[in-house]
Amino acid sequence: MKNRIREARPHMTRNEGLIFERSSAGKCGADLPPLDVPALPAEEVLGADLTRTEIAGFPEVSELEVVRHFTRLSTWNYGVDTGLYPLGSCTMKYNPRINEAVARLEGLATDHPFAPESLVQGCLKVLFETARCLKEITGMDALSLQPAAGAQGELTGILMIRAWQAERGNPRKYVLIPDSAHGTNPASVTISGYEVRNLKSNSLGCVDLADLDRAMTEEVAGLMLTIPNTVGIFDSQIRRIAELVHAKGGLVYMDGANLNALVGVTRPADFGVDVMHLNLHKTFSTPHGGGGPGSGPVAVKKSLEPYLPAPVVEMDAKGKYRLNYDRPKSIGRVRAFYGNFGMAVRALAYILANGPEGLRQTTEDAVLNANYLMSGLKDVYELPYDQPCMHECVFSDRRQAARGVRTGDIAKRLIDYGFHPYTTSFPLIVSGALMIEPTESASKEELDAFIDALRSIAEEIEEDPQLVLKAPHTTRITRLDEATAARKPVLRWKP
Amino acid sequence: MRYLPNSSADRAAMLQATGHKRIEELFSQIPPELQCRGPLNLPGPLSEQEILEFFRELAAQSSREYVSLLGAGSYTHYRPVVIDTLLSRGEFFTAYTPYQPEIAQGTLQAMFEFQTLMAQLTGMDVCNASLYDGSTATTEAVLMALRVTRRRRVLLARTVHPEHRQVLATYLRHQGFELREVPYSSSGQVDGAQLESAMNDQTAAVVIQSPNFLGTLEPARDVAEIAHRHGALLVVSVTEPLSLALTKPPSDADIVCGEAQSFGVPVSFGGPYAGFLAAKELYLRQMPGRLVGQTVDTEGHRGFVLTLATREQHIRREKATSNICTNQSLCALAVTIYLCLLGKQGLRKLAEQNLAKAHYAARQLRGVPGAATPFSGPHFNEFVVRVPEDAEGLLEELLRKKIVGGLHLERFYPELKNHLLVCVTETISKAALDRMVDVYHGFVTNPKLTAQRT
Amino acid sequence: MAYPQEFLYTKDHEWIRVDESIGTIGITDYAQKELGDIVFVELPKPGEHLTVGEAFGTVESVKAVSEIYSPVSGEVTAANTQLQNTPELLNTDPHGEAWLVRVQLTDRRETEKLMTFDEYEAYIKQAKAH
Repeated sequence: MKNRIREARPHMTRNEGLIFERSSAGKCGADLPPLDVPALPAEEVLGADLTRTEIAGFPEVSELEVVRHFTRLSTWNYGVDTGLYPLGSCTMKYNPRINEAVARLEGLATDHPFAPESLVQGCLKVLFETARCLKEITGMDALSLQPAAGAQGELTGILMIRAWQAERGNPRKYVLIPDSAHGTNPASVTISGYEVRNLKSNSLGCVDLADLDRAMTEEVAGLMLTIPNTVGIFDSQIRRIAELVHAKGGLVYMDGANLNALVGVTRPADFGVDVMHLNLHKTFSTPHGGGGPGSGPVAVKKSLEPYLPAPVVEMDAKGKYRLNYDRPKSIGRVRAFYGNFGMAVRALAYILANGPEGLRQTTEDAVLNANYLMSGLKDVYELPYDQPCMHECVFSDRRQAARGVRTGDIAKRLIDYGFHPYTTSFPLIVSGALMIEPTESASKEELDAFIDALRSIAEEIEEDPQLVLKAPHTTRITRLDEATAARKPVLRWKP
Repeated sequence: MRYLPNSSADRAAMLQATGHKRIEELFSQIPPELQCRGPLNLPGPLSEQEILEFFRELAAQSSREYVSLLGAGSYTHYRPVVIDTLLSRGEFFTAYTPYQPEIAQGTLQAMFEFQTLMAQLTGMDVCNASLYDGSTATTEAVLMALRVTRRRRVLLARTVHPEHRQVLATYLRHQGFELREVPYSSSGQVDGAQLESAMNDQTAAVVIQSPNFLGTLEPARDVAEIAHRHGALLVVSVTEPLSLALTKPPSDADIVCGEAQSFGVPVSFGGPYAGFLAAKELYLRQMPGRLVGQTVDTEGHRGFVLTLATREQHIRREKATSNICTNQSLCALAVTIYLCLLGKQGLRKLAEQNLAKAHYAARQLRGVPGAATPFSGPHFNEFVVRVPEDAEGLLEELLRKKIVGGLHLERFYPELKNHLLVCVTETISKAALDRMVDVYHGFVTNPKLTAQRT
Repeated sequence: MAYPQEFLYTKDHEWIRVDESIGTIGITDYAQKELGDIVFVELPKPGEHLTVGEAFGTVESVKAVSEIYSPVSGEVTAANTQLQNTPELLNTDPHGEAWLVRVQLTDRRETEKLMTFDEYEAYIKQAKAH
């Protein structure tokens, strides 16, 4: 078995320490041009009492040491550029480098958000055009790029639902969320002043219509749904679900994290969604960067348009762009300035590169890849929901758990095979979930290698479970003691 | 399509393996009447060259030919070239959140270094691995103070960035908390007497910004004394953290939060940026956002891992301390690289240059008849200049000379008509400053004549 | 681990040992196994009042957080401060050294609603089967 593993060779395992550990007094990695105005000692302005003597502990290193330090650190990471990164619901697709080049163009990278509008028409056009494209893709009528990430988009959306309900006489008390939802959903609801009511999933992982019918009252402001859901299934009852909610005066919020399954194939506005957020760092190829920045624009139907965060980017009759702050019904601001502008640039470049045909093909490939994976693994790992999946498939570790091996352990062993793991233990409605989203950026060769690896691990679990339980074996660092890290937190270097 | 790695033959083979005949069958869960009948009405597909052309045209319609004296929460500093070199390493750039620490030690160690640097700079015990931006960081700091004290009231200096105050109001509105603003005095700092009289035993936090939106440094120690005497926490927000290289950090504060964009993150028309939140160790378990901790692996080697995750949304769900899911990892990495490059000596020198240039400009402007710098409190690289009349006309005249002269404060403070907020960083030359002062001289002595001339 | 016969148990996996009018409360072995390595415990202070069925603290592991619900009403007379520095005691000795709080009961009759040790053992056997 072991000689079938196509191992990635270990990276350069230099024992690079912390930057503070290679610091020594007097070194500096940047030079400044000479000062062209009279020098001014800080004490004269601030008084000796308020003047800092030094930044204790700050490093002093040369430019080359900085370059080597971070270059070495980077070799300890696995990225989409390295290989398949099948994290469920994260949509780890290729991050096109042309996006980076255009985002760095002087003007786009350097314009100040408070510069006069006449001077920043280029930036305003980026915001306007990106919004226009995203509206077309979702079928929605209005959009704000202000929210900085999906979770903020959710908050914005729920606040708009609240405003809509309040204007019609009663903000209501509850928001319904399926038990399969991502953790940000209930958190966002609470901040908006609502109480969460959980909805049960049926045996297909979809909304239990009877439960929804019972739960949907005139005290419920809305329903939050992830579509396709977190087990990768498109709930074909969606029109009926939306009807049930609308009939009692509620609104439907869609978490757009899984939009990669729908672009060009169907539009949320058409199946009854009133408000939704998108994740530019998922569906629209902006880089994850090790955990951010993202961007979570929120798109709405016409009746919710007045509540969008201000300002709104508009185009006047002469084709000039402007920022409209005169929005009396706006829910307010969720972020300073206009949102993560740099991510809008990248998303727009991605949309332009693909065009409508490319986007459709991307969706088809994403869904095909996930189904291919599913068919290659379903005889070996338990499928809680045996029906075609969309862009991601979810297995359970139930068979392997009988041998004492759980999804987290299988994930660690996958690392030895040269892959980044899938998402473990989510969604909560599946026991020991393996949530796999290959995206369209996976070639058939890579998918075959991945299938081989997981099949091989399943055999290892039968023959030698310890091999899997003690994985990974080939990384610079083995399993880390997370319990001690939480019990006795050490969150900074000290000399 | 160049980003897609499969050929038609690959697709056919995979389709066959799934047991389906046509790709449409994979979308059968979507009712046919809901499926798009034709292609979306979108531009493209464009080749790389065409994409570059498209954006180059937009970049030309920008202020890049102008000298800009705008600050107001977003600061233009020089970005050393190697920042982008290192950020562009695919392993940093295309990686996800480090939930699998064995293959993410690069990101984790860099974030640990970020936490260390920001804690050192702010004088606090611990700092998180970044938040969305300064406005949400300030908001999260207030929410944290409310949780810690279990009180319901927040006193907010009016000199805190107006857009930060707006964001805070949005987040607090539906949770039943009271938000009250405290005015500023003639020094341009928060009015201590008004603050004292507004305090009561339900005050959870006092929030100030230093340097504040008017550019003035706040007396954090005095404000801390007032806050602590009433059992409230002091939150100090810092939107221009370069100032901390020269000023004593606000170690009397309980929470220091703000915006780290100045350190190697491009201005980028408002985002993405990198907020941060640092606090005293005592409040650690109420801190929002990701935290990276040091630990050991099974063989005793030092490693880093995301820790104290139970504060976060994916575990607490409706009881989470906030709904923040992401940090701004790549921006925080830029900050880390920038601070390592400049280091202890370089950052101080840079701050000194900013201080010198801004004070030179202020001095020269005070020499313009009728112009004044009305606030007496000390300032760093930003300050307010008042002109006798028609600040809008003055700004237009400056624009004609390719200078974006600053922010007319009337926009956010109606009582500050004809007051301009001017920011001078190391990127502005003495020649540009002298040119600006010349325009002031010309305009202030003869505004109507100047306007007619053009 | 056998479940002590002198304890009474709740459906949320707390135990209580009653001596006269003082109840000692903890979480069961089943609970600590479900949680994994315990890293932090949040407990009320002496003098605080507990209400039967309501949450009075939390137990955190690396990956999960659980609220602790009170099996009885009463006033806290002592909290086990050892757990602040050594929360891992909850994993090794949940029925003994790692008791959470001691409570002065206000109404002994509340204990009649709790499970005996064999009822609890049957209850968790059923839970495991799912």
